Amino acid sequence: MFKKVLIANRGEIARRIIRTCKRLGIETVAIYSDADANSLHVKEATESFCIGKPPVTQSYLNIDSILDVAKQTGADAIHPGYGLLSENATFAKRVKDAGLTFIGPKFEVIQAMGSKIEARKTMQQAGVPIVQGVNEPIADTEAAAKIAEDIGYPVMLKASAGGGGIGMQLVNNEQELRKAFEGNQKRAQSFFGDGTMFIEKFIAEPHHIEVQVLADAFGNVIPVYERECSIQRRNQKVVEEAPSPFISEETRKKMLDAAVDAAKHIGYTNAGTIEFLVDSDQNFYFLEMNTRLQVEHPVTEEITGLDLVEQQLKMANGEKLAFTREDIQQKGHAIEVRIYAEHPVTFFPSPGKITKLVLPEGEGIRHEVAVETGNDVTPFYDPMIGKLIVFGTTREEACAKLADALRSYVVEGIQTNIPMLLETVTHEQFLAGSTTTKFVEEYYLPKTTAVGK
Amino acid sequence: MTIVKASMAGTVWKILVKEGEQVTAGQDVVILESMKMEIPIVAEEAGTVKRIMAAEGDFIDEANDLVEIG
Repeated sequence: MFKKVLIANRGEIARRIIRTCKRLGIETVAIYSDADANSLHVKEATESFCIGKPPVTQSYLNIDSILDVAKQTGADAIHPGYGLLSENATFAKRVKDAGLTFIGPKFEVIQAMGSKIEARKTMQQAGVPIVQGVNEPIADTEAAAKIAEDIGYPVMLKASAGGGGIGMQLVNNEQELRKAFEGNQKRAQSFFGDGTMFIEKFIAEPHHIEVQVLADAFGNVIPVYERECSIQRRNQKVVEEAPSPFISEETRKKMLDAAVDAAKHIGYTNAGTIEFLVDSDQNFYFLEMNTRLQVEHPVTEEITGLDLVEQQLKMANGEKLAFTREDIQQKGHAIEVRIYAEHPVTFFPSPGKITKLVLPEGEGIRHEVAVETGNDVTPFYDPMIGKLIVFGTTREEACAKLADALRSYVVEGIQTNIPMLLETVTHEQFLAGSTTTKFVEEYYLPKTTAVGK
Repeated sequence: MTIVKASMAGTVWKILVKEGEQVTAGQDVVILESMKMEIPIVAEEAGTVKRIMAAEGDFIDEANDLVEIG
């Protein structure tokens, strides 16, 4: 096993990775920016190094500085966490070229899945259902109008390099499309340096359901069940759970099989997630593949008993998966909510000092938090300050436990989305297990104005 | 004369007006970036932009001055 792992990340996920490394007797190297000098991950790692100024381009995205620290400290592997450099193929290649192990898939695979158009083509070849649409870049508004006409409105305009909902827009008719195309193309160009656009048929009120896979270097691909993440705001997940309360056992099996086919077809290794949109008739369509650990991985851990970070380390170290698909049974029900430093109604960010933090405790309650009382939540990074995960023997029990925990979760000094989370998880539609990705929009949008970046 | 101030801490992402330009009440004059979000800052009153008091890329605190309108 690795002797020393550098964690190229911050916040709760850096702490999460350090925890598993410690348990396995692996030393850890934390990196941090000037803004994070007092962060918990900095204190908890074996060694910590400041790598630059607060803006991510001058610290957490600075590949040269990160590799310098890795060499200086003698780290033998780098865990990228999620976000930041985790799906950056150049970074994965530079880590490998420096003679270190990148804890994730091969850089070629990251690259292939990074283009949504390429990913569509590849999945089609693998026999995985994709949403009706085009597999070629669309040059301009005229071409887009013609394609949309062929597919039939409403359609989704999408940026091939997109993420977080940027460069993506629903259009209901030709007039809307003409208004929207160039703007989204420009946004994609400015955010991702790639303005390549494509179009997919719009699926009304879909569920977002994803399958977690583990793939070792010996060709074994094991699906470890699904997560439903239909509660989203600005196309970002807010509540995630496992198992999905929506799909039938038959659909579950088909989706797990499709995820295995997809991973095998692209030669995937390590932990990855295949995201699907599922319509009201339980037809499912490939959405995208995330070639990293997901924010919501704890719900899978809770229902399977696996430690996904441990599995990532072992697979990256060239070990064979020590179990079969049949060995992994799901038990009980787990739900995660993301605690964001933001206004609960407008979703505007709320940076500031946390003057008091009290985390609810109890059986089946798990926390993954980035902060403690006295910490500053700075404007430089994502607003997520923590995740609350509950486990119950049934979904009903988990929902009740979650509502209780949210009621006694105290964050003072900044605003958080806790009131919104509580409203959501006690809403009759959520309790019935029938919420779709439209839920937050329908329930909250008339009150909101925030634009995602 | 009024001073348009930052509604929260963040980085000045875009300054949308120039000195001497006429602005209307409710017009976006600056876009801040905070926590990976774009936060539009609006002029509360109509007038002429007298002075730009921040530069793109500057880190600013809540209530810092951004634009003077006269």
